[in-house]
Amino acid sequence: MNFDPRYANRNFASVGTRPIRPDGIDKVTGRARYGADFNMAGQLVGRVLRSPHAHAKIRKIDTSKAEKLQGVKAVITAADLPDLTDGDAAMYDILDNCMARAKALYDGHAVAAVAAIDARTARQALKLIEIDYEVLPHVTDVDEAMRHHAPLINDTIFTEGLEEKPAKPSNVTKRSQFGHGDVHAGFGAADFIVERSFRTEQTHQGYIEPHACVASVNLDGTAELWVCTQGHFVYRQHCAQLLGLEASKLRVTSSEIGGGFGGKTHVWAEPVALALSRKAGRPVKLVMTRDEVFRASGPTSATSIDVRIGARKDGTITAAEATLRYSSGPYAGSWAEIGAMTAFACYKLDNVRTVGYEVLVNRPKTAAYRAPSAPMAAFAVESAVDELAKEIGIDPVDFRIKNAAQEGTRSSYGPVYGPIGIGPTLEAVKNHPHMKAPLKQNQGRGMACGFWFNFGGQTCVDLNIGMDGSVSLAVGTVDVGGSRASLSLVAAEELGIDYSQLKAIVADTASLGYNDMTDGSRGTFSSSMATISAARNAIKILRDRAAQMWDIPVEDVIWEQGHAVAKGDNYGNLGKLSLKEIAAQSGKTGGPIAGHSELVADGAGVSFATHICDVEVDPETGATRVIRYTVVQDAGKAVHPTYVEGQYQGGAAQGIGWALNEEYIYGKDGRLQNAGFLDYRIPVCSDLPMIDTQILEIPNPNHPYGVRGVGETSIVPPLAAIANAVSNAAGVRMTHIPMSPPRILAAIEAEREG
Amino acid sequence: MAGIAVSTTINGDAVEYLCQPDEPLLDVLRDRLGLTGAKEGCGTGDCGACSIILDDRLVCSCLVLGAEAQGRRIETVEGMAHGETLHPLQQKFLEHAALQCGICTPGFLIAAKDLLAKNPDPSEEEIRFGLAGNLCRCTGYDKIVRAVQDAAHVMKQA
Amino acid sequence: MRYIRPLSIEDAVGQLAGSAGPAAILAGGSDLLVRMKGGFVEPELIVDIKGIPGFSDIRETAEGFSIGAAVPCAVLGENAVLKKAWPGVVEAAKLIGSKQVQGRCTITGNLCNASPAADSVPALVAAGARAVVAGPSGSRTIAVEAVPTGPGKTSLAKGEIIEAILLSKRAARSGDAYLRFIPRTEMDIAVVSAGVNLTLDEAGVIKAARVALGAAAPTVLLVEEAAEALIGRKLDDAALERLAKVCSGACRPIDDKRGTIEFRRKVAGVLAGRAATTAYARAGGK
Repeated sequence: MNFDPRYANRNFASVGTRPIRPDGIDKVTGRARYGADFNMAGQLVGRVLRSPHAHAKIRKIDTSKAEKLQGVKAVITAADLPDLTDGDAAMYDILDNCMARAKALYDGHAVAAVAAIDARTARQALKLIEIDYEVLPHVTDVDEAMRHHAPLINDTIFTEGLEEKPAKPSNVTKRSQFGHGDVHAGFGAADFIVERSFRTEQTHQGYIEPHACVASVNLDGTAELWVCTQGHFVYRQHCAQLLGLEASKLRVTSSEIGGGFGGKTHVWAEPVALALSRKAGRPVKLVMTRDEVFRASGPTSATSIDVRIGARKDGTITAAEATLRYSSGPYAGSWAEIGAMTAFACYKLDNVRTVGYEVLVNRPKTAAYRAPSAPMAAFAVESAVDELAKEIGIDPVDFRIKNAAQEGTRSSYGPVYGPIGIGPTLEAVKNHPHMKAPLKQNQGRGMACGFWFNFGGQTCVDLNIGMDGSVSLAVGTVDVGGSRASLSLVAAEELGIDYSQLKAIVADTASLGYNDMTDGSRGTFSSSMATISAARNAIKILRDRAAQMWDIPVEDVIWEQGHAVAKGDNYGNLGKLSLKEIAAQSGKTGGPIAGHSELVADGAGVSFATHICDVEVDPETGATRVIRYTVVQDAGKAVHPTYVEGQYQGGAAQGIGWALNEEYIYGKDGRLQNAGFLDYRIPVCSDLPMIDTQILEIPNPNHPYGVRGVGETSIVPPLAAIANAVSNAAGVRMTHIPMSPPRILAAIEAEREG
Repeated sequence: MAGIAVSTTINGDAVEYLCQPDEPLLDVLRDRLGLTGAKEGCGTGDCGACSIILDDRLVCSCLVLGAEAQGRRIETVEGMAHGETLHPLQQKFLEHAALQCGICTPGFLIAAKDLLAKNPDPSEEEIRFGLAGNLCRCTGYDKIVRAVQDAAHVMKQA
Repeated sequence: MRYIRPLSIEDAVGQLAGSAGPAAILAGGSDLLVRMKGGFVEPELIVDIKGIPGFSDIRETAEGFSIGAAVPCAVLGENAVLKKAWPGVVEAAKLIGSKQVQGRCTITGNLCNASPAADSVPALVAAGARAVVAGPSGSRTIAVEAVPTGPGKTSLAKGEIIEAILLSKRAARSGDAYLRFIPRTEMDIAVVSAGVNLTLDEAGVIKAARVALGAAAPTVLLVEEAAEALIGRKLDDAALERLAKVCSGACRPIDDKRGTIEFRRKVAGVLAGRAATTAYARAGGK
């Protein structure tokens, strides 16, 4: 069917309102079922044995004692997950990450698993598995891993993206480069140049719900998987491929998800649970502990970034360059590449160059975390931009406004921008009362900008109209933070009915066509596009049925505010037919009424935000308190503004945690020392102020309502905004994230001592 | 290892169960009694997702043994609503969108209920420190604090 | 594994002394259950002491206060008389864990867990608190600082349990205070901490002082030299400076995931000064 996704200005009845979400009651009464809240008859408990070593060859695994323990129904190792990836390197890495094959590559790497009748037996069985390790030298630091004599994590890796193929293997899997113009000439034209190096430590998404699933493989080759995931269709593909199942015979149901933020976008424990179930012949429930979540899932890259920016006295940036080194765990990634693309995306630059290096380390496989790679690059660039403004003697907001990208600007990573929000967010910040509020002693203010691409992708939606006129909407993008509410609003808008007439659900993989996962801020963007398309398809049928009921040509029936209306003077006495009236007659007019849509949502529309932050630093202890925070971001069109605000606030809070306290701390032995919420310090309620939000709406031309993704951009500016604020408060430029009290105090002391 | 027989009261109902000596009350609630409203986010008392009220004290049910519940009174999120009527906190959490993923919500509701029982008119700071034992990774706490403020307001008028 | 809930101290001591394997005492469980969950301990016997008469009570005695071993820290905070007499001890106890943990954790457990970073211990040491220890060979009373002997280790023998913590009656013009440094505002373990307990004369001159530092050495440090730096003076800038210097110098900290040696040294001095200022004001000093 033809669907025109282009933006058309309109007045909204439902979109932009703030109703209660359809899954709300379940969630406040404890009835909502998350990953670990589901059980199957006869289910076993699965547990995973993990490597205590950062890097070790697995010489031999002896599972015989564990197998003999009463109550143990299956023990598996990599041998039970043979390589079926057929040359797909990315899938092979996922397989190896699920269960180590030749080597354990990080502290926490899965090496074996058991299924037993209860947790106690499973735990005992793990202790009976004997593994002969040959411990190898390890490296966990991104800069150290790049040195010539660093322990080699994978000797088949030769750096890609170099002009000549290197002669020796290395921990650098890839070099990538972006930019345009003549950077050398640009710096030559600069009156001021700022050059600095920055570091950011590794963080975890920190979702409160550990990974959890229940897997059941039947003798006939069919299987079921209940799992908390950001993309059950993607999990189905992964699991089917890794276990040699037919995708359509593996039915995956996404549970309610207790947070993902990118960390539940590829499989970890699920293939293991399926393999255990297959071997034991019974369903297996596998729930990670918090320790396992930190040691074996998630984290983002640790980075080391050099930035150089030059400008003329009048505040025009003449050249900008950055070298970005991102850790990717022990497997190849494209994290530095993304960082290199986003680094200067906010600015209109004639001469710009960024180079990214992907670096292997003995840490868990890097996973996406909310606008992955962008916050670190923004931290480095926006810190340098602030410093440069100071050197020139120009207000940091004015400096950014002067150099901001706009419609028609060729971005530093290639494409030419359409209508974008960086300029408007900066103007809004310039005029925001927060920027004029007075500061006290030891307080400082900072601001920073951020960019994220946003994604679209494959989407499928079913909209079914019941004979009572109620409407069910089945979507395939997992609802991570209220998208069932926003998609219901969109369906209500398009059909012209009340929100309360709709019920949106997330359908399982057997009930709906393929959907990409909820990532890239695509959930509401892409599924709303498909919902609009499905609703429009349903309206065609509704018009047809009304035409039948009236016995007039369908061309003469239009759809207005939830009703079929006969247009033209001939039909003056026909009145209107409501959706409900048409639905009631559907059995006689051709059967069920439904609208279906499958599409690739293109043109997600890039997203920009600018944040303002005030902090107070205790100069005697280095303790930092965030005392005021404001987020200004372009939403394109805020479908459910309350949940848009929630995305802004949540991203800012995660960024505040990252900026100040969150980090993976490894010992010299390569073991993670803080695998728990006690010492991996995410912000608690008393750490934060209210987080003010301002939603700007610069319509996305590629969406019927102008919607842009809103989920990720909000985590991009905070690292830099807080670093700028702390630097202003403490009187010393902070270049290492997190700015924990010992780092701040050390910087203050060093500055004092000159 | 022999099971321990426990008689207790949960949300006003007399309940009996058998548990192992080292079995946390959280596991008893979730795995033996089907009360999955309390969640395990950490199992070590650091996240508050398993919060319950035990004899008028807010506790993490992961840090209480099932055996300790003998003769005591337990309140969980499943007991907050009465029939068709939500507790004002539940209603305000919905209205303010004080949840995104919702996994921390039962723990926050129980902790907020305990907070308001002891301090019906808390300041923003008292709410923030009162709820500091409950981690939320989605909301940045802003809307949670507002929901609790609004619920306190409604409950005072009732 | 067995769980028992004895109803007398004799029974508790007897069961502990007679246990074949490792035995654990359960009061609040906020350390024990975490260690069991992590597989760090697997006791053969868990002795829940909350059923023993008196163990859950705070008693005011002729000598001062007796705080039963099973009294949750939340209850300490609700005891107005205790809070007035020993505000530093109570504020330290109220800093352990979250509201949820407060409903369970005890100062006796905090002491016996023997963490160098325990919040209530520096305050108890500064307060000169004593522990009543019951055991197979009778009862004895010891200074609280004699209980922990190193990280995770205590001087208690098999079969011994602490039944109560004693705080003496408050002398006139006395005040105590406890401060810790944590990166967040709640939920963290102390990176470094200081407890200060002062008694003044009528002129506001410090006549008795005890200063204790937490997370600054393998056990809580009672810094005698810090007390000497204060006694005989008013709490003026010179005294504060000397106090900070002495405390920083007394530290024997380590580098770990929570802080650096340098940071702990510096901040120990800062916190001692700030705690002393609060204690001095509470004692009526100006």
